[in-house]
Amino acid sequence: MSAHVVGNTNVMLGRSIRHVTRSMDTIITVTIMPIAFMLLFRYVFGGAIQTGTANYTNYLMPGILLIAIASGISYTGYRLYNDLQSGIFERFHSMPIARSAVLWGHVLTSVVSNAISAVVIIGVGLIMGFRTSAGILAWLAVAGILLLFTLALTWVAMIAGLAASSPDGATAFSYPLVFLPFISSAFVPTATMPGPVKAFAENQPVTSIVNAVRALFDGQPAGHDIWIATGWCVGILVLAYALAMRVYRRKIS
Amino acid sequence: MATTPLALEVRGLRKSYGKLDVLRGVDFDVAAGSIFALLGSNGAGKTTVVRILSTLLKPDSGTAGVHGFDVLAQPEKVRESISLTGQFAAVDQILTGRENLIMVARLRQVREPGKVADDLLERFGLTDAGGRRVGTYSGGMRRRLDIAMSLIGDPPVIFLDEPTTGLDPEARIEVWQEIQSLAGKGTTILLTTQYLDEAEKLADRIAILHEGTIIVSGTLADLRKLLPPAKTELVERQPTLEEIFLSIVGKGAATPEGAQR
Repeated sequence: MSAHVVGNTNVMLGRSIRHVTRSMDTIITVTIMPIAFMLLFRYVFGGAIQTGTANYTNYLMPGILLIAIASGISYTGYRLYNDLQSGIFERFHSMPIARSAVLWGHVLTSVVSNAISAVVIIGVGLIMGFRTSAGILAWLAVAGILLLFTLALTWVAMIAGLAASSPDGATAFSYPLVFLPFISSAFVPTATMPGPVKAFAENQPVTSIVNAVRALFDGQPAGHDIWIATGWCVGILVLAYALAMRVYRRKIS
Repeated sequence: MATTPLALEVRGLRKSYGKLDVLRGVDFDVAAGSIFALLGSNGAGKTTVVRILSTLLKPDSGTAGVHGFDVLAQPEKVRESISLTGQFAAVDQILTGRENLIMVARLRQVREPGKVADDLLERFGLTDAGGRRVGTYSGGMRRRLDIAMSLIGDPPVIFLDEPTTGLDPEARIEVWQEIQSLAGKGTTILLTTQYLDEAEKLADRIAILHEGTIIVSGTLADLRKLLPPAKTELVERQPTLEEIFLSIVGKGAATPEGAQR
């Protein structure tokens, strides 16, 4: 049975990866906005922002990656929504296959396409002066955190894709997520923010993720930020997965 | 008929959405290897029946057996025995026609997916279009591809939910021919349609679903008996618009089946 699931998921992954590679515009749309923010903050606002670090591109990088992931997963919701609308979702469900493969194909595709965007953005970052002293372990830790963040948001996207009644509904959920890094330590130190904003910024998931990734890139100990970040991601992932499965079961019964 | 094994056995099927009773006790049998047409207007519940039989939807009560398997107790066995062609051609628009077929063949774990795909492209006249994205196909081509995808793995029972809705007359006739040739090879076909002529032309047995129940069912001859015997009248037979259309566009001669009404 599990070989069945793997085989079926593999076919599904191949299918939606083709969707990604045949619409390269989605990769461009997903990466262009974070890159634009990177340029804007580095060359326009950056000079006026006091972060206490010499290299502002380094400071920006984690938040930019999170913005890219948050906007990337909206396409995951959209692709799933399209499958439901076109009837191909029902076709798959009427076939003798592992039904879970239909959703997992989308999840894995989301991981792959977000990984591509992350590589493109880090590449552009390097041109703009991003430098890291991270070793292999630190890189793996960064990849791990970003993977968890991607999976967590992907399952949020699955809820939207399954429940939406319009293409806008399947994607609009990502707008607030894209905005979250702005009210965090991603662009400016939280210490400069007024009380309530600061309280929100310091206690929302993005800040701990940004701080952990930034420390790892800088070759610093990530301290307890890495555990708070992991906790947030796993918590959101479990909750979103449970909710998505509930919506899914209601959909197919 | 009594000794033929049953491919579909439906008893007392009920389904409601809130206060709306879509199915209010549906019963019918379909003999293996026959074409059964479920006829009804929009909203009569045809698609609901098909969705229950293809394990996409659970009935509130009643039983349904497909190829000897119960849809509730053995859904996986049912799915191994069927293929569903839904109301809207459920094909992947971004993949090519050939890739769509290979995808289904690999999911059904059929041997030599590439060869299966090429054979089906040939059989459905899609060989030239096989390498093109399905997004560029016409409605008729999409529907043919859709049906071709349903044939992979030779399922003994095929559900065709309004297979010709939205097709032009030529494409419609092509689909009809394919359905007849499938039934000729022993596949059981449940067809839903709102076109009376389609049921008349194709089906061995016809059931009329109206307001959630089957109000009549039988062969075309059985149904004719429900009306007073035909009187002989002399009527000058004018060609139908369909015959005119087909003869002008030049496909009429090749398709005597469809054009002889």
